Amino acid sequence: MMRLLSKMLFLLSTMATLSLAHAAEGRLTLTGSSTVAPLASEIAKRYEARHPGVRIDVQMGGSSRGINDARMGLADIGMVSRALKPSEQDLTAFLIAMDGIGIILHKSNVVGELSDTQIIAIYTGKIRNWQQVGGADLPITVVTKAEGRSTLELFLQHFALKNSQIKAQVVIGDNQQGIKTVSGNPGAIGYVSIGTAEYEEARGTPIKLLPMAGQAATVEAVAKGHYPLSRQLNLVVTGMPVGLAGDFITFAQSAAVKDLVEAQFFVAP
Amino acid sequence: MADRLFAWLMLGCALLVVASLLWVLGDVLIEGLAHISWTFLFAEPVDAGRSGGIGPILISTLWILLIALAAALPLGLGVAIWLSEFAPGNSRFAVHTGITLDILAGVPSIVYGLFGNAFFSIYLGMGFSLLSGGLTLACMILPVFVRTCESGLRAVSDDWRLGALALGMTRSTAIWHILLPAARPAIVAGMVLGIGRATAETAALLFTSGYVDRMPESLLDSGRALAVHIYDLSMNVTGGDGAAYASALVLVVLIISLNTLAQSLVDNWFKRRLVAS
Amino acid sequence: MSIVRQRSINRVDRRLGQMLGLLSVGVALLLMLIVLFLLNESWPFLASLWHEGQWLGLLQNPGWYPLEGRFGMTPMILASIAVTLGAVLLALPLGLANAIYLEFYASPVTARGFRLLLNLLAGIPSVVFGLWGLTRLVPLITKWQAPGTSLLAAMLVLSLMILPTIALTSAGALASVPKDLLAGSMALGLRRKTQILHVLLPAARSGIASGALLATARALGETMAVLMVAGNVVQFPSGLFEPVRVLTANIALEMAYAMGDHRASLFASGLLLTLLVWLLSWVAQRVNRQSQAFARRG
Repeated sequence: MMRLLSKMLFLLSTMATLSLAHAAEGRLTLTGSSTVAPLASEIAKRYEARHPGVRIDVQMGGSSRGINDARMGLADIGMVSRALKPSEQDLTAFLIAMDGIGIILHKSNVVGELSDTQIIAIYTGKIRNWQQVGGADLPITVVTKAEGRSTLELFLQHFALKNSQIKAQVVIGDNQQGIKTVSGNPGAIGYVSIGTAEYEEARGTPIKLLPMAGQAATVEAVAKGHYPLSRQLNLVVTGMPVGLAGDFITFAQSAAVKDLVEAQFFVAP
Repeated sequence: MADRLFAWLMLGCALLVVASLLWVLGDVLIEGLAHISWTFLFAEPVDAGRSGGIGPILISTLWILLIALAAALPLGLGVAIWLSEFAPGNSRFAVHTGITLDILAGVPSIVYGLFGNAFFSIYLGMGFSLLSGGLTLACMILPVFVRTCESGLRAVSDDWRLGALALGMTRSTAIWHILLPAARPAIVAGMVLGIGRATAETAALLFTSGYVDRMPESLLDSGRALAVHIYDLSMNVTGGDGAAYASALVLVVLIISLNTLAQSLVDNWFKRRLVAS
Repeated sequence: MSIVRQRSINRVDRRLGQMLGLLSVGVALLLMLIVLFLLNESWPFLASLWHEGQWLGLLQNPGWYPLEGRFGMTPMILASIAVTLGAVLLALPLGLANAIYLEFYASPVTARGFRLLLNLLAGIPSVVFGLWGLTRLVPLITKWQAPGTSLLAAMLVLSLMILPTIALTSAGALASVPKDLLAGSMALGLRRKTQILHVLLPAARSGIASGALLATARALGETMAVLMVAGNVVQFPSGLFEPVRVLTANIALEMAYAMGDHRASLFASGLLLTLLVWLLSWVAQRVNRQSQAFARRG
């Protein structure tokens, strides 16, 4: 009886030690913006293919989380979908792509364009039905992002709004959730990364991007610098990156991943 | 006449509930079966989980469960035995422990997630890992498990203990060979409750074991539990509903089979100890 | 009784006792550690409230905008209460009816099947309920009144989740009513309906009440299912079809990136939740003890 038990314990502890021994291999953790995450995952996969034995984990959670985790050491590299603020000077940012923020509607929505004033009116709850902007008689379901997401911050900044002024019906977290919500509701309106939206459109998700201030929301417009709401996609670290993290960042900024950036509908810097 | 009406009303309510339950279960079964296959159970998730499978996720889930049980079972049994067999009758410490356990049994799971994140992930530096998630779950299932085992042990009639004493057995022998086997229904019940709760847990794992959906290579790796995978697929992944339902089906089947396994394991284990039961 | 618990002369037994005692100390300390950690993490927030005299402000200040430094939890507290209350109001009568059916009207075979079904339902994880609610219930509600993710959706899903618990505990309470009450009411020539509603239910009311209170505590602490179907907009619950955010969902949504005061405020809301749940469990236990006292007397 006791011998069986002690044998089992021995076996378990050996298994545990063996598995823990693996932890010493090259590991990298990236957390942060849900816009950057798919791109970072693809770059990570290519890096892993070239450097066997390295394991890179990518997790979402929002740009604020990227900053937070990089600072607290919970992640090696943070992913942030905006430029760093003055209060974040303890971190260093490395640009890996450019992106824009676009308004998305359900594909069946007949509305083709919204002016800035209309967008502000919709998001502050003054216009509540699609009929008022030339669409069908359908109540507008406003989708906005949760706090801590840089997409929200940039959206507010661009339209000179405060978060307390927004009257939304649904609050979402990651980009992908926003797309899923809008694609499931014909009366919904939301704002997401242009790259993510174009990627989803290409796979047949029933959403469409609206032009902003007359500029079509496409990756070309962002590349030419014409699109009004563009933003940087950055990898951030505290201080200067060393070792595996540094190598990975260099790889992510190199020409070797240009095709990955473009496959995600972002603009290579 | 009013009696008839009342009876019909009760039947109606029962049918309503049965209909809703069958709707939920039926949906999970039908939608899940449509997407499920052998490769689904073993392959890696492809394309954010829309295709491919849940192989690494199942492994992560089982590891988290294993860690939780490995931590909670011996600790829980030990404390239960102490409370029931060794604590002096008027011990204030025993009373306090009992109260603490009851209080903790009622804490919402998300609060355990907060604690797990603050203590295991950050303070002890485990980061987002299977270990952190498993230990948090262990904390969650410990109170109920201790209380259940304790009441099971207390329910064993003192005749057994007196008999063991009369035969000259040491306390330890009596506990291991007689009392624990006699209390096995309660122990099983506690285990089953714990397993059910641990496998179904999502919120506490979100910020302790993380989101990474790849095969974990060590206990310190982040891993996605099945419940978290269902959450991600249904909230974030367009077109992920099919995979979500399939994963839900697997999860429900997993819980049922783990419960049955726990029941039979403890039955066999202790059956050899007790001749007349 | 005392001879069984006396200190052992045997060395092995004494060692075992000491070891297990140490273990219990460790476990008790660990559990206290949890409370301490929660308090520690939420302290900066609570302390700043105290210093700025904003204790009442916390309850008055509408608007949860952590990035602007505004931590008005009231809409979310009210939302948690509204969702829980709504779910219990739906589940209690239905659960009671099911318990009555189970105990008095179902044939043994049907009763076993029904019980099995209820047990099965009780074991389904909350994410699966959330998934079902999101893919089946919300689109239905959207057709009626957009957006589908709303207070109503949360109430419906939550009531489905706590129904088995209420039904099974009420059935247990009804079954444990002394048989002579039923016999006596039959002897008095009372109708079945009157027997059940006016004699047995009142007799079982403590057991039913404590079961309902525990189900309420569970509903209050529920995170995932509500997170998935309620819309998560921080606002006062103003209508059944309006989206709301409950305290538990708030923690789950914002925990990952909350820093400093924001993080402390989330821990504080966790403490608040725990206090509410304890209160409910404590009341449930008191009610239960009362019922046991009655049983002993009667």
